[in-house]
Amino acid sequence: MNSTNLTTADGVPLKTSLRRAQRRHRLKAVLLVTPLFAFLLVAFVLPIMDMLTRSVDNPEVITYMPQTAEALIAWNGDGLPGEAVFAAAAHDLAKGSRERTIGHVASRLNYEKGGMRSLVMKTARKAKKWESGPYRELILAADKRWREPDVWLLIKRQSAPYTLSYFLSALDLRHGSDGSIESKPAHMKIYVDLFMRTLWMSALITALCLLLGYPVAFLLATLPMRQANLLMILVLLPFWTSMLVRTTTWIAILQSQGVLNDLFVWTGLIDDANRIQMIYNKTGTIIAMTHILLPFMILPLYSVMKTIPPSYMRAARSMGATAFTAFRRVYFPQTLTGIGAGSILVFILSIGYYITPALVGGQSGRFITNFIAYHMQQSLNWGLAAAIGSLLLGVVIALYMLYNRLIGIDNMKLG
Amino acid sequence: MRFVNVQKSYDGETLVVKDFNLDVASGEFITLLGPSGSGKTTCLMMMAGFETPTHGQILLNGEPINTVPPHKRGIGMVFQNYALFPHMSVSENLAFPLEVRKLSRTEVAQKVKRALAMVRLEDFGNRRPAQLSGGQQQRVALARALVFDPEIVLMDEPLGALDKNLREEMQYEIKHIHEELGVTMIYVTHDQSEALTMSDRIAVFEDGIVQQLAEPDVLYEKPCNAFVASFIGENNRLVGEVTSLSDGGCIVRMETGEEIDALPVNVASTGVRSTLSLRPERVFIEPDKGSLPNIYEAEVREVIYLGDHLRTRVCVCGNSEFIIKTPNALGHPVLRRGNTINVGWSREDCRALDA
Ligand SMILES: Nc1ncnc2c1ncn2[C@@H]1O[C@H](COP(=O)(O)OP(=O)(O)OP(=O)(O)O)[C@@H](O)[C@H]1O
Ligand SMILES: [Mg+2]
Repeated sequence: MNSTNLTTADGVPLKTSLRRAQRRHRLKAVLLVTPLFAFLLVAFVLPIMDMLTRSVDNPEVITYMPQTAEALIAWNGDGLPGEAVFAAAAHDLAKGSRERTIGHVASRLNYEKGGMRSLVMKTARKAKKWESGPYRELILAADKRWREPDVWLLIKRQSAPYTLSYFLSALDLRHGSDGSIESKPAHMKIYVDLFMRTLWMSALITALCLLLGYPVAFLLATLPMRQANLLMILVLLPFWTSMLVRTTTWIAILQSQGVLNDLFVWTGLIDDANRIQMIYNKTGTIIAMTHILLPFMILPLYSVMKTIPPSYMRAARSMGATAFTAFRRVYFPQTLTGIGAGSILVFILSIGYYITPALVGGQSGRFITNFIAYHMQQSLNWGLAAAIGSLLLGVVIALYMLYNRLIGIDNMKLG
Repeated sequence: MRFVNVQKSYDGETLVVKDFNLDVASGEFITLLGPSGSGKTTCLMMMAGFETPTHGQILLNGEPINTVPPHKRGIGMVFQNYALFPHMSVSENLAFPLEVRKLSRTEVAQKVKRALAMVRLEDFGNRRPAQLSGGQQQRVALARALVFDPEIVLMDEPLGALDKNLREEMQYEIKHIHEELGVTMIYVTHDQSEALTMSDRIAVFEDGIVQQLAEPDVLYEKPCNAFVASFIGENNRLVGEVTSLSDGGCIVRMETGEEIDALPVNVASTGVRSTLSLRPERVFIEPDKGSLPNIYEAEVREVIYLGDHLRTRVCVCGNSEFIIKTPNALGHPVLRRGNTINVGWSREDCRALDA
């Protein structure tokens, strides 16, 4: 029989009938997930979209100095621009000053080149009083920095509605005077080092979590029920205490007048003058974060180990393998998915962690996230914050894809 | 392999294995048969070295092996759930015991090939265990336990997860492999028909004690106590009191007054209570008068037609669950519910056991 023209008893094609029957189910399913979908959209997708947009959005110059932006299009970038540009600039500056919008432009330009804020604000104040041209002389007289073609090049570059300059800043790059991309001078580089530090410290934290978590997960999976439950409570205990409390406890333990140092001194391990600095630096961040993220390693490991029956190890041993060989060749390979899941989880959480490094990291133990927060809250350079955030997101997605290639995301078991 | 007075307790309060004595001859197929929880797996685990006996000794070729770790015992093992390593292919699974023994690569390949051929899975070497059917997995597990030529192979209910047909097929296959290789096999099951068809000798386990260790036919025809009689095959029980006891026979009086002439097997003296064990196929319907020492009147309660034989449930000597099995032969008596008939049996078939 040909399968394409099967029909039901009353002659309706089977496929049509099936589709009709399934439509109701599908509708029901859609209705059930709608609230969650809406929540995800508002709480997750939209903020990320907003962040991605902000990282390239560049509205200030084109909005508040529209005539200048327009006039600069015709300028080829050689020497100083012509009178038309100066006239437009004088008009925009005066208007911006009156309407108190010129500050946005001033801040925006200042991100790219130090001193631009004062230059723009000062000139704008003067421009309010100018009645007629030639504006070229007036502007050049207002401040001699206007004689530098770089300043005009900068304004021209920043009059595009979208820009890569936040990303360039986030990668310690900048536009050179000839418009090409060059790296910043060494003393101005911060972010690449911070990215690197965040990555290697997160990798170290992940490795420590794995080292400490693997035996615990193994115990959890193999101990008799009663003891395993008790141990599980101990593992989960950190989840039930406030993170702030846990972090400050570490401060009490690790600081130079803290419990651990006192103990070292008391036992004569070190003398009083050489107390070890274990907090407000990298060590502090690593210790505190390892402690906080440990359960995220243990739980996926445990859930994988729980499914490995003890008979595998016994079978291996009965076939002549020593306990170590049996572990290495039979048990360990079966826990790889758990290791992968736990590691990727801890690593991703770690590179995005903020509070702990801020509290115990001091100068040297800070993460890139702390600078995102700084630009969000202090310097108010949201564009740069968004660009760094987007790069972080990119790293996470890349890791996720790597994991998918190596282990397969459908093998991931959590908790 | 020998077990001498082995005892095992997990919790220090109850003995799971009470007094286990077993002497396994080389090349023998021995089955440990017993109900669930009777300690069979525990005994197997002690042989393999995963549990240590609380008391007593296990000897292998005359040497005590209580302290030898599992991987040095050279005992192959087939687990109930097969325990095939899921992350290795079938060939890799089979190669594992050879690789840990540091055999050369060519030797490994050769032995793996031979083992696959033995269980007729030549074309499945590259598959993962998950891609095999239950029966195929079982065969791989068997091949893996045999591939490194152990002297002894332990099997813990290896056919428990298979359906009936496959089970019977595998029983023959295991039996053939045993005959071919001549290795000692110790097999655990709670399926008595499996035990009867496969074993050279069967150890019936109950309550941590070997109740009887014997060949299958002896076990069936000459059970030595009431537990073995009821555990192996179908069995009619009649309970009464021993009134006279001589060498070749005894009289057991039922509560309903009948005095049954029985073979004393496990009765100490007159006056004790005894369970008479009687196989359903050894009871005759309407025997000639005087031909048998025991002939009693019975009332037919139920007749079940089973094709090749008939099962008749009667009430005799106060036991209304008394079963008689008659072959569906030409001219067998036609019985109806409510009929009163005579049934009889010989003294030898009626074994007087403990109460
Ligand atoms: N690891 C253990 N710890 C404590 N008690 C155990 C352990 N293993 C088995 N037991 C107990 O020992 C007794 C015998 O168990 P065992 O597994 O040997 O029975 P078995 O004869 O193999 O039964 P089955 O046919 O169900 O497999 C049981 O009562 C069981 O509860
Ligand atoms: Mg068992």
